[in-house]
Amino acid sequence: MAEASDTVLRVEHLTMRFGGLVAVDDLSFEAKGGSITALIGPNGAGKTTVFNCITGFYKPSEGRIALKHGDAALWDALEALTDRGERHFSASGGALFLLERMPDFLVTQQARVARTFQNIRLFSGMTVLENLLVAQHNVLMLASGFTFLGIFGIPSYTAAERASIDKAKFWLDRIGLLDRADDPAGDLPYGAQRRLEVARAMCTNPVLLCLDEPAAGLNPHESGELNELLLSLRDDHATSILLIEHDMSVVMGISDHIVVLDYGVKIADGKPQDVRNDEKVIAAYLGVADEEVAEVEAEVGL
Amino acid sequence: MAQAKAERVDAVRALKDASRVAVISFFLFLPLIGLLTQTDINNVLILTTRWPLLFSWVGVIFFGRFVYSLVIAPWMAQRAMRPVAAAPSPWRAFVGKWFIPFAIGFVIAYPAIVIFGSGYSGALKWIDNFGIQILIYVMLGWGLNIVVGLAGLLDLGYVAFYAVGAYSYALLAKNFGFTFWLLLPLAGILSSFWGILLGFPVLRLRGDYLAIVTLAFGEIIRLILINFVDLTNGYAGISGIPRPSFFGIPFNADDNGFDATFGLEFSPLHRTIFLYYVILALAFITAFVTVRLRRMPVGRAWEALREDEIACRSLGINTTNTKLTAFAMGAMFAGFAGSFFAARQGFISPESFTFLESATVLSIVVLGGMGSQIGVALAAIAFVGGTEVLRELDFLKQIFGPTFDPTQYRMLLFGFCMVLIMIWRPRGLISTRDPSVFLKERKGISAELTKEGHG
Repeated sequence: MAEASDTVLRVEHLTMRFGGLVAVDDLSFEAKGGSITALIGPNGAGKTTVFNCITGFYKPSEGRIALKHGDAALWDALEALTDRGERHFSASGGALFLLERMPDFLVTQQARVARTFQNIRLFSGMTVLENLLVAQHNVLMLASGFTFLGIFGIPSYTAAERASIDKAKFWLDRIGLLDRADDPAGDLPYGAQRRLEVARAMCTNPVLLCLDEPAAGLNPHESGELNELLLSLRDDHATSILLIEHDMSVVMGISDHIVVLDYGVKIADGKPQDVRNDEKVIAAYLGVADEEVAEVEAEVGL
Repeated sequence: MAQAKAERVDAVRALKDASRVAVISFFLFLPLIGLLTQTDINNVLILTTRWPLLFSWVGVIFFGRFVYSLVIAPWMAQRAMRPVAAAPSPWRAFVGKWFIPFAIGFVIAYPAIVIFGSGYSGALKWIDNFGIQILIYVMLGWGLNIVVGLAGLLDLGYVAFYAVGAYSYALLAKNFGFTFWLLLPLAGILSSFWGILLGFPVLRLRGDYLAIVTLAFGEIIRLILINFVDLTNGYAGISGIPRPSFFGIPFNADDNGFDATFGLEFSPLHRTIFLYYVILALAFITAFVTVRLRRMPVGRAWEALREDEIACRSLGINTTNTKLTAFAMGAMFAGFAGSFFAARQGFISPESFTFLESATVLSIVVLGGMGSQIGVALAAIAFVGGTEVLRELDFLKQIFGPTFDPTQYRMLLFGFCMVLIMIWRPRGLISTRDPSVFLKERKGISAELTKEGHG
């Protein structure tokens, strides 16, 4: 297991309001590089909202979301970057990004945060291979000279396309779908679609991979396979993973760190064994006896 | 005994069904056919009734429906029960393999075939009204296919870019004397510039809203052409637009004209044949570029955008730029077609750029099968060629009387065919998507999986 080294993602005082509804309230947590951080909580706790803020689909009402590539020393430049009002800062050892200031496609393109969706969003009318090539759009676009050179079939573009097909083949082999590369993605069984979505996200070369309920609807055998896949992404590809999941066998089995949300508020944050025994977490998940409600609410701070 | 009874039950059921349909058609046709308003000698409107005609129509429908529900419907149900043949027939594979080379060979040889078939004098109509007219629409269809079929953006104002191309050529050629070959790319660039200009404000809209704004844009361009009289001469249009030359050699009866230079007898047909090959080349370029673009990252991004825009954004694709390039590309091909149109006609007016043109091109794309180039070409042939063929049906006058004019029924037939095709092939003539890349085997993708896009 890779050593849980320095912080790669830092979420600070994140608040997201929709009109009068506070979906996420003053949430702060960190994700370590080369580790799997799980975000759990009952339905409607605001987990997906946090994901949408991190990946740029929502602009948070308040708070800062910072991502770092490379050297841990770069965190020292965070305050200066925030004050300058810029989106990112790069140095020789890496780069620092303020995700809340970036539009969604740049979060993936520059900050290299990839995501999957709770309800699978594959390009169902395109083949499995095409799905993985679309994910490598920015690399290929550059190689094709923004289409102008590629349309005349310059050799460097042909080579780049071959490389991207090889990369797609590598990932298809990893998720066991190489035989089905030429089939439309919409024809795949549910579990395979989930795996393909993970592979598609990996084709963007992410530093941080955000998975929204990857095990939803999988049978125990399939979710076991998924666990192995995620562990190998962490160990072999040095990808940090942020995971929303309801399936506790997945969460407890592979997470290095767990953050628990309830009604948009963080109620626990720690190692799996600590969170498992946390009273507030048990209360949020299982409920409490009527006579204890006031007591627990006081404790939670409601 | 039992069989006879079952047959009687079937007949009664069919009779009931036919009666119901006949009653509906009676009320439907009562105002449409049964009543006729006419002005008499005193210029007073009088109402006449046409009961015999009305009842003969209702009778035809009653009888037709009776036959349908007694014979045809059970036969079709029985046919649907039969298992589908597993392997595609060799004939189909043969057609699939040789259709495109054959079609390309045919369109290249078309002028020669026509001259051989109908002589020098009769060929003009076939090359001009059929060949060139159809090819203009094929090219427009292919251009719009990029926007609607690939990128999934519903554009109801496509004719605006066609108009920009046509007026660019007409005005620049007339006022500054630039040649066709210089203005052709320039008209394309100007059109795509307008496409981008329109794209910037409207591409944040989706679906129906995008369709309405593009519709409005088409009307704005047409109204500008009508009202900016100083520049465009308004309704009267621009006439005397310079015609294209054969690389500097004009098509006229002079001593330095095309025919004299090449030692031919003067014939207006030569210019038409030349124009035919120009539009053919333009159409080929459109097809080639589109095929090429589909295999490029930008083309895949267009199709991905049609499938799922949010997933595109999550993969780092700048969806605004991607939509703009689709708009600009589609507009550019419309600009080429427009400048060709102006050069061919020698006269243009806002009349040529009404909403009906946009609707026609969009129908061609939808009927052909969104995204399919062969489908769009076939639909253009059926659509434009079909209306031209109606003009040729003079023999019908001998049956229906000298006042019968088949072209009057153009829109009726048009609508009827459209309904039939939408029943049989709801996703267009060729709805199977051809993947842009494959590892081992190219497999067509069924239309049930591809999406139409939501703007």
